[in-house]
Amino acid sequence: MTDTSVKLETSAGGDDSRPPVLVRSPRRKPPSGSPVTRWILRILAVGYVLGLVALPVGTVIEHTFENGLEPVLESLRNPDLQSAARLGVFVAVISVVINTVFGVGISILIVRYRFPGRRLLNAIIDLPVSISPIVVGIALIFVYGSGGWFGPALTSMGIQIIFATPALILATVIVALPLVVREVIPVLEEAGTEQDQAAQSLGANAFQRFVRITLPTIKWALAYGVVLSLARSLGEFGAVRVVSGSVAGESQTLTLFVNDSYQEFGAQAEQDAFTAAFLLMCVAVLFIVIIALLRPKEQTK
Amino acid sequence: MSIAVTGINKRFGDFVALSDVDLEVPTGRLTALLGPSGGGKSTLLRIIAGLEFPDTGTVEIEGVHATWLPPQKRSVGFVFQHYAAFKHLSVYRNVAFGLEIRKKPKAEIRKRVMELLELVHLEQFADRLPSQLSGGQRQRMALARALAVQPEVLLLDEPFGALDAQVRKELRDWLRNLHDEMHVTTIFVTHDQEEALEVSDEIVVINGGKIEQTGSPDDLYDKPANDFVMKFLGPVTTLDGRLVRPHDIEVLRAAESDAVGATVTKLTRVGFEVRAELRTAGGRSGEVSEPWVQLTRSQAEALALEPGREVWLRTSSAPQTLAVS
Repeated sequence: MTDTSVKLETSAGGDDSRPPVLVRSPRRKPPSGSPVTRWILRILAVGYVLGLVALPVGTVIEHTFENGLEPVLESLRNPDLQSAARLGVFVAVISVVINTVFGVGISILIVRYRFPGRRLLNAIIDLPVSISPIVVGIALIFVYGSGGWFGPALTSMGIQIIFATPALILATVIVALPLVVREVIPVLEEAGTEQDQAAQSLGANAFQRFVRITLPTIKWALAYGVVLSLARSLGEFGAVRVVSGSVAGESQTLTLFVNDSYQEFGAQAEQDAFTAAFLLMCVAVLFIVIIALLRPKEQTK
Repeated sequence: MSIAVTGINKRFGDFVALSDVDLEVPTGRLTALLGPSGGGKSTLLRIIAGLEFPDTGTVEIEGVHATWLPPQKRSVGFVFQHYAAFKHLSVYRNVAFGLEIRKKPKAEIRKRVMELLELVHLEQFADRLPSQLSGGQRQRMALARALAVQPEVLLLDEPFGALDAQVRKELRDWLRNLHDEMHVTTIFVTHDQEEALEVSDEIVVINGGKIEQTGSPDDLYDKPANDFVMKFLGPVTTLDGRLVRPHDIEVLRAAESDAVGATVTKLTRVGFEVRAELRTAGGRSGEVSEPWVQLTRSQAEALALEPGREVWLRTSSAPQTLAVS
């Protein structure tokens, strides 16, 4: 049986009209298609990206600078835009700090320790990626809102979470939670525990091992995760929308400002929306550049 | 006694890694923990290092009760099979690590690290990263790193296991020489009996979580306590119902009272040695056995051995044999 099947295969190979040397030579890389195919693929890919990303983004830029630079500068002087930008950056930075500290902690816990519920924890961390941010927002209201579990107790203590900055931070933390963890875990897993054990046998305590061994090992992955988180946190809209009162100058982040201004009537409001959107975009581009610079370093590690 | 291990038990779930192990390692000796994979030798080493903790039992290092001390509080240097080099640090910084942790003055660190790098022949590689070194060089760096803090005990877990045969042999000799110079109490784990026999002062054979036998390489080879040790330390074959080393069988052209008749079935030449496979006609035990005999080329030629030839076999004078259990 085996014999016949082998023979069948070889005879089929022999019938193949292509020159066998080109196909079989293991040393040479197979040519990546004819020039025509290559050009068609290129045009398709470039066209796809242009139509989906570059074109809409381009129109934002076009609309922002439709009437020259002066209206843009006027928008930038709008105190509501300024405070929205400040709040947005504040919320993002605090969220990233929280996510970095806990992200590194959780990653070390998951990689280095075996405990009941470890796989569950590992799975739950990914939840914010698959859950719609709006659900996160509503869930937060259920827990911390005036009718929620902790709401009444918190209100009686004079602490307001929902419709205030704490809720914005909570929502942003949850949404960006997996980003640091997912970058750090593979690097920690690849590094293994032996370097840590070697450091231990050389007399290093837990803190010294973290600072001298673990941190340098994960630094590029961590930097990458932090930048990703920062980008995600600044751009977060859905969860923040639900838990924020979106009061201008108080609980309005930059993304909410874009939304609210755009829905307002009036040329200046629209101009404000475009200017704010343009700001968000500039930051995004900056992050993409940083990420592109970090990526190769991480891979060579 | 440098290290005294008493009544150690260790389980991983249902798997019994060590069962009631007692071991004493004298100061300044080079001791091999020898045994098959999964036999518990690495676990024992890691318990001595403090990288694992026993379920029951005690560990004493230089008279200090160390069972529950974390590794950083024991005066123990550990060398891993896969080097465990600090990848982000230069060779120099790797070796300096333990001294930096101990906050030694910079000048003293420099002096000690350079001495050690010279000792392991890596002085010209001080500024390289571990990724720029070969496996053998990385392991020598790891050794220098472990020795830098002047541990009372040096523990090596399959230190040459990841290296190719040539480098392994070089490092083996080099470790022996290093030990003769430094006299630091050393325990190394290996599953390679040749390595253990060649390098160590004392061998501890571990199998199935228990110590089978402890003794000098000669003792273990010549007076194995049981057939496991006999089989693990060198080649064995059966003749007339007994375990015997194939180089301890004498081949005779003529019948003798204590010899068993046999027919040569196959001859294989491996370099300088000749392996003769035979089939006995059934000796005193009446059992047919198929022993093989290790001969030199000249012995085989003198006996004019060839397949089909009738010869007589007996165990040569004072050999070690064991009844087949």
